[in-house]
Amino acid sequence: MNPEDTPLEVHDLTVAYHRKPVLYGIDVTVPRGQLIGIIGPNGAGKSTFIKAVMGLLPPASGWVKIFGQPYKTNCHRVGYVPQRESVDWDFPVSVMDVVLMGRYGHLKLAQRPSKKDREIARECLEKVKMLPFANRQIGNLSGGQQQRVFLARALAQESDLYLMDEPFAGVDAATEAAIISLLRELKSRGKTLLVVHHDLATAREYFDSLMLLNMRLVGFGPASEMFTAEKLQTTYGGRLTILSDVVQAVGNQA
Amino acid sequence: MSGLIPEFNWREVVVQPWTQDLALTGWVMLMGFLVAAACGLVGNYLLLRRMALVGDAISHSILPGLVVAFLIFRHANTWIMFGGALAAGFVTVVLIEFIHKQSRVKPDAAICISFTTLFAIGVAMMSVLETAGTFHIDAECVLYGEIAFVGLEPPVVVNGIELAPPSVMRMGLVFLGIVACVILFYKELLVTSFDPGLARSMGIRPTLWHYGLMAALALVVVSAFEAVGAILAVAMLIVPPMTAAQITQRLPARLVVTVAHALASAVIGYHLSVWWRCSAAGAMVVAGAGLFVIAWLGTAIRTVLGRRNAAASAPVGATMES
Repeated sequence: MNPEDTPLEVHDLTVAYHRKPVLYGIDVTVPRGQLIGIIGPNGAGKSTFIKAVMGLLPPASGWVKIFGQPYKTNCHRVGYVPQRESVDWDFPVSVMDVVLMGRYGHLKLAQRPSKKDREIARECLEKVKMLPFANRQIGNLSGGQQQRVFLARALAQESDLYLMDEPFAGVDAATEAAIISLLRELKSRGKTLLVVHHDLATAREYFDSLMLLNMRLVGFGPASEMFTAEKLQTTYGGRLTILSDVVQAVGNQA
Repeated sequence: MSGLIPEFNWREVVVQPWTQDLALTGWVMLMGFLVAAACGLVGNYLLLRRMALVGDAISHSILPGLVVAFLIFRHANTWIMFGGALAAGFVTVVLIEFIHKQSRVKPDAAICISFTTLFAIGVAMMSVLETAGTFHIDAECVLYGEIAFVGLEPPVVVNGIELAPPSVMRMGLVFLGIVACVILFYKELLVTSFDPGLARSMGIRPTLWHYGLMAALALVVVSAFEAVGAILAVAMLIVPPMTAAQITQRLPARLVVTVAHALASAVIGYHLSVWWRCSAAGAMVVAGAGLFVIAWLGTAIRTVLGRRNAAASAPVGATMES
C-alpha cells in the first residue's frame, strides 16, 4: 500500500505511567483525508494516545509509523494542538510569537523565522479571525481566543496529519462553530485530523470516523457504525451519569 | 543612626570614585555589571521555567566541588578550582533531575535534598582538611565573595598591552557567550520553555535544552562566585529578571531591561558602598532590589489608576455587568 494513504499506523502500542499501564495493545490504521474523533471516558488514555504517537511519552511496547516512516523522520508532517491548560498563559509572548512557533519545525538550529514565515503566521491568524490581536500579550485573551491561537499555530505548521487534544474544551458556541468549519476545510484539502473529544452529543455530527478508547481500543470505524448503544456502553462501562448521556445520544440518532 | 550611616558627602561618594580611584571604580563596577547581567539573562529563563531555586542549589554545591578538586589535584590553581565547582554544579543538576524522576519527590523537595546534602559533605570535608592543616577556604569569602579584590589583581598582559584583571576577563567572556547563546538560540529556548510538548513533537529536544540551560547556569554562578559569593549570586539570578518582569510582558524587551537593570544596580550599588563603606557586592544587590521595588510600585500604581480610569469612563451600571 502507498504510505501516503496511511498517515498513521499504530501497532500493539502499550504505554505505562509509573509502571501502571494506561494504554494496552492499541492497533489502528488511520486512512487519509478523514476527520476522526477520539472518544472515551476520563482516564481512558485519549491524551496519552496522541502523546505516545508523537513520542512525548515512551511506549512500553509497539511502534508508530507516520506516512510509513518512524515519527522522527516525518515529525515535520505532524501538527499538534495541546490542551489549552498545558501552557502558562502569563508567558511574556504575543499572539504572533505563539503562532510563529508553528514554523519552528521547518527551521534549522539557530535559524530565525523569515519574512515568509511571518506572512504564513499572519494568514493563519486571519483564518481564525485573530489577526487584530496579533500584538496582544497572550494572557489578555479569553479561553476561546486562546484556543484559536493554538489552532492558528497548528495551521502554521502546514502539516498533513493533525493531532488535537480537546480543541473544543471550554470554548463558546461561536468559537466551536468556527473551529469545526476550519477542521472541515482542512479535511477537504486532504489533511487527516485526529481530535480528542469528550462531548458525545456532537461527536456523531462532527466526525467521519470515531475511535472508541478505554485503555484498550474498543472500536475504530465510520461514526455511524461506532455509535451503537453496545459499543458506547463497552467504552464508557458502568458510569451512570455518562451512560444516561449515551442513551440519550443513541436515542437522538434513532 | 548618624554613627551607623556615614554622612552623605557628594564629593567623596559621587565625584571622587571617578576622579581619584578610576581604575578601582571601573573594574569593580564592570565586574558587578557583568555578573548581574550574565546571571540575570540566565535567570530570565529560570523564572519562566519556575526553576528559580536551582540557582540557589548550584551556588551551594560549589563548596564540595572546590574541596574535591583540591583533594584530587592537591593544589589550588584557579582553573582547577573553577573546573571542580563547575563539575559540582553539573552533579547537582543531574542529582535533582534523578531524584525527581525516580521517586515521586516534588521538584522543590528534590532541590533541597540535593544541595543541602552536597553542601553538608563540603562542610564536613573542609573541616577535616582544615584540622589536618593542609587546606584553608575562607568561609566568609565562600558566602559573600569580595568584588573589590578585582581592583588588586594584576591585569592580563597581551603583547605588552594591559587588558583587564583575569576575573573580569573571564566574566566578560562568559557574559558575551551567554549573550550570543540567547540571541542565536532564542527560538529553541523560547519554545522549550513555553511548550515543551510542542517542541518535542517538532524534533526540538526539551531535555537537551534543559541541560544546556543548566550548564549555562552552572557556568555563570561559578564565574560570579568569586566576586559575589554563594548567596548574592542567587540574588543576581533573580532580581534583574523580576524587575524586568514588572516592566514588560515581552521576552526580548525583558532581556534588554535585565541588562539595563544590571548596569544601573552596579553603578548605584558601587556609590552606595562608598557612602556606607560596606561590601560593594552587597550594596549592588541592595540597589538592584531597590530598583525592583520602584518598578513593582510603579506597576501597582499604574494598575490601580487604570482600574479607576476604566471605572470612571464606564457608564453607570455597566461596571456591574463586566
